[in-house]
Amino acid sequence: MSYDALIIGAGHNGLVAACYLARAGLKVCVVEKNNWIGGAAVSRELYPGFTYSNCSYVSSLFRPEIMRDLELSKHGLQILPYEGGAMFTESGGYLGMFRDHDANRREMARHSKRDAEAYDRYARDILRHCRFIRPLLMRRPPDPASFRPRDLAELAWLGKQMFDLSEMAMYDMIRFWTMSIADYLDEYFENPVVKAYQAVGSIIGTALGPMSPGTAYVLLHHAMGDVDGNVGAWGYARGGMGSITKALAASLRAAGGQIRAGVAVEQVLVRNGRAVGVALANGDEIRASRVVSNMDVRRTFLRHVAEKELPGDFVKRVKAFKTRGSSGKLNIALDGLPRFTALPEGAPNVKGDMHFTDSIEKMEAAYDDWKDGRFSREPFQDVMIPTLIDPTMTPPGKHFMSCFVQYAPPKIEGRDWTDADRDAFGRACLDQIERAAPGFKNLVLHVEVRTPRELEAEVGLTEGNIFQGELTFDQLLFNRPVPGYADYRSPVRDLWICGSSTHPGGGVMGAPGRNAAAEILRDMKLPAKDMSDAYAVL
Amino acid sequence: MNALTHYETPLLQTPFHARTSAANKMHSWGPWAGYASVLTYEDLAMEHSSIRNAASVYDLCPMVKYRIEGPEAMAFLNRLTVRNVAKLSVGGVQYTVWCDDAGHLIDDGTLFRMSPDRFRLCCQERHLPWLLDSAYGFDVAIREETEEVAALSLQGPTSASVLAAAGSDVTGLKPFRMADFAFVGGEVTISRTGFTGDLGYELWTVPELALPLWDHLFAAGAQHGLRPIGSDALNIARLEAGFIITGYDFTPAPQCVREDRLRSPVEMGLGWLIDWEKGHFTGRRALLRAKPKWAFVGLEVDGNIGAEGAILYHDQKTEVGMITGACWSPTLKKSIALAQVQAAHAAGGNLWAEIYALRELHYAKMMMRARVVDRPFFQTDRRRATPPARF
Repeated sequence: MSYDALIIGAGHNGLVAACYLARAGLKVCVVEKNNWIGGAAVSRELYPGFTYSNCSYVSSLFRPEIMRDLELSKHGLQILPYEGGAMFTESGGYLGMFRDHDANRREMARHSKRDAEAYDRYARDILRHCRFIRPLLMRRPPDPASFRPRDLAELAWLGKQMFDLSEMAMYDMIRFWTMSIADYLDEYFENPVVKAYQAVGSIIGTALGPMSPGTAYVLLHHAMGDVDGNVGAWGYARGGMGSITKALAASLRAAGGQIRAGVAVEQVLVRNGRAVGVALANGDEIRASRVVSNMDVRRTFLRHVAEKELPGDFVKRVKAFKTRGSSGKLNIALDGLPRFTALPEGAPNVKGDMHFTDSIEKMEAAYDDWKDGRFSREPFQDVMIPTLIDPTMTPPGKHFMSCFVQYAPPKIEGRDWTDADRDAFGRACLDQIERAAPGFKNLVLHVEVRTPRELEAEVGLTEGNIFQGELTFDQLLFNRPVPGYADYRSPVRDLWICGSSTHPGGGVMGAPGRNAAAEILRDMKLPAKDMSDAYAVL
Repeated sequence: MNALTHYETPLLQTPFHARTSAANKMHSWGPWAGYASVLTYEDLAMEHSSIRNAASVYDLCPMVKYRIEGPEAMAFLNRLTVRNVAKLSVGGVQYTVWCDDAGHLIDDGTLFRMSPDRFRLCCQERHLPWLLDSAYGFDVAIREETEEVAALSLQGPTSASVLAAAGSDVTGLKPFRMADFAFVGGEVTISRTGFTGDLGYELWTVPELALPLWDHLFAAGAQHGLRPIGSDALNIARLEAGFIITGYDFTPAPQCVREDRLRSPVEMGLGWLIDWEKGHFTGRRALLRAKPKWAFVGLEVDGNIGAEGAILYHDQKTEVGMITGACWSPTLKKSIALAQVQAAHAAGGNLWAEIYALRELHYAKMMMRARVVDRPFFQTDRRRATPPARF
C-alpha cells in the first residue's frame, strides 16, 4: 500500500491540505496518533451529554475561501456569530461590548467620553493594518534573499502594497508591527479598563505581556478575521470547534481520502535524502511519495526525523524557534447559567467573551508570574459560554463554559507540571470566576483542566504553544518557521510541513494547510483543483 | 448617562421623542448619530412641499455639539478651523470646516459665538479627542454637550410668521445671527440658520423645555401650514440648496480607511472658506502645497430619473467620478446631483451619468448627459430678506 501523500496529524491544517491534495487526484492518507481527530480544533464529550470545545473555542480566522472550496457547509459546518462580551472590574462594575456601534460608544462613554470618541480612529487604523495583511495570508511569503523570479515577483507585489500607502501610513505600519500593545493603545485611549479590553487579543496564545514589543501585531492577528464580512468579529462553530475538523474529514472522505486514527508515527522514513513514508509506533511502515507534517516544526524535525538527515544549521534554527507555551484551558460542564452580578439582568454581554483583568498593569503582572516559572496567581481569562447561542452542545438549561487562561508556563520553576500544580491552577481560575459570579462553583458538574503539559501530551503542541510557534515578527512571513524554509518545504525532499508553525501562523485559519497543498501541487506540476485565490480586499 | 441598559435601547430617544413618535405615522425610523430619527412622518412629497411652501419642523437633537469656552477659545478655534473666527462677532454663526495636519477634511459644522469666550460647535461626527488634542497649549475647556441641548429646525416661507404667532419677533434677525427669547420660565435661542436654503430658523433650548416648545410651536403654526418633516424630505431640500453632508458627500478623515478617499476642503468646493491670511491653522501648510486631484460639482442631469449613486463618465467611456447625492427636485423640476469628479473635469463639458432605473424587476440602463452648474441649484430671496417677506 503506497500513497501519493501521507499527512501526519488530523488537525485542521493537515485535513485542509489533505482535502486539496485529494481533490487534485492524489491518493491521500491522514494518520492521527489519537483515537479521535481534530488536533486543536476538537470537540469531545468528556461528561455525558456535554460537548466541549476542548482546545480552540472560537472562530474568525478560518478562511472563508477554504470553507467554500471544500464544501464544508454541505459537510455540516456552521459558523455562528456571537454578541456581547464584558470586562469585569475589580470595583464590581464592567465595560461591556456591543455589536451596535452606538450602543458600544455609549458604553465606553460611561468609562471615558474621550475614549468613546477615540474609537473610530482606532478602528480605522486597525482596519488599515488588516487590509494590508489580509492578502498575504493565502500566498507563500516571498523570500527577500532569493533571486528566483517568483520571489522577485512576490517581493515586487509586496513592495507595491507598501508604496500604495502614504508616507504617514507607512511609518505607522512599521511601528505597529514592532510595538507593544500597551504603547499602541496609549496613543488612542486614556481609560485603563478600555485599554485592558482592547488589549485582550494581543496576549492570547503568546508568551509575552502587553508591555512586550510585538504584542500589537498579535492583536492584529486576532482582528484580521471576520464572520461574514464583519471584520474583527469572532464566532462559534456550531457543535463546537470539532465541527470544523469533522466537516473537513467528511469533505476529505468524499474526495476519496483516508483517515486512520489511533496510528502514531514514530519516524519519517528518509532514503537518499527523500521522504518515502513513515514508521509507526507499532512497527508498521506506510509508504508514500511524500510526507506532509501537520505537527509543529520542532516536533516534526527534532522528534520524528533522524537528525543525521538534516543540516546542522537547520536543526539549530528549529531548536531556536520559540514555541513557549503560555496558556491553559478549563472546560466546564455547568448545571445552569452562572449569574455575573455586575451585569444587569438580561444583559446580552454574557453571550460573548468575558474577562476579569481590568488593566494592562494587571495583565503584565500575570505575565510576571510566567517569567518566574509559575502560573499566574491572578490569571487573565477569556471566558465564554457558547451554549447561550449554540443549542447543540448541552441539554437545555445546562451550559458549557470555555475558559482560556494565561499565563501558564511550560514548566513550573524548571520542573514538570504535577497533577497538584494542575489542580491548583484550575482552582485559581475557578476562584476568579466565583468572585464575579457568586454560586458559580455550585453549578460545576465537571472540569477538564489543561495546562501546557496536557496540551503537549495530547495535542502534540510543543511546550503547549497553541500557535505552533509564537507570532512575533522574528517568526513571521519569510522567517516562519525558519529562514529559507517559509515555502512549506524542508531540507528533506518530499517532506513538507503544513501546520501553524508555517506562514501565516495559528488561530484555526486553515491557510497554512491550503498554502502547503498549493506548493506541493505546484511542485508536482499538477493544477490545484477547487482551490480559490483569496477574496479581493476592496 | 445611564447606559447600564442601553442594550435595550441601542438608539437613544431625543427629548422630542414623545411628539415625534406620535407623529411618525409610517413608523419610519433611521439611526442618526446614535439616535432614533424620523425618516418620513407621513408623506415625503407633502413634507418637502411644506419646506418650500409653508413651514416645517425637523428634530435636530442628534447633531453632535461641543461647548468650547475660555479666554483663548477664539484663538483655539482660529487654529482649529479654516475660517477667520476673529470675524465672528458675539451672536453670530459661521459655517466652517476643519482639517487634519495633512489638510484632509475632518468635518463641517456651524460655529455659534454665544459670548466673547464661549462657542458652540455643531457637527455630524464626534471629535472629542481631536478637539482636546488640538487644544494643547490653549487656555480653553471643551465639553461634549449633545444631550444637554434640545434643538428644532423651523424652515420655510412662513417660519417667521409661525414664530411671530408663537410670540417671538424675529423680523430683525439677519441670516447667521441669533437672539435669545424668554420661554416658560426659561429661554430659547433662535438662530437664523438652516439646511434648506430657504427662510428658516433653528431653535435651541434645554431638554426640559423640549415638549412645551414643540407644543407651543405647533399651536402657533396651525394657521401657517406647519408640519413635522423627516430626514428624507430634508435631504431633498439640502440637495436643492447644494449643501453637503459629511459621510455622504465625502468620507471624514478620522474614519477613512482607504487613503485615496481622503479629500481636502478645496477638493470639496470649500476653498472659499479658507482664510490664508489669518495665520496658521491646522492643515494650512499641507493645503498650500497640495494640488487638488478632485473637484466637487453640482450637476443637472438630463431626463427625469434621480441619479443617486451613478458613476460619471467622460465622453461616455472613461470613469471620472461619482454622484454622491441626487434627486428629482420638486422645486426646480429637474434631476439634480452633487458629485466628486477628477479635477480635470471640474468644468464638465462632456460628462455622463450611468443610471439604472428599476422598473418592475427590469433595469432601464441610461447614459444621461450631466451639466456642471453653479450651486445652489435653488435660490430664493426669502433666504436673506430682512425683515422676512410675509410669505
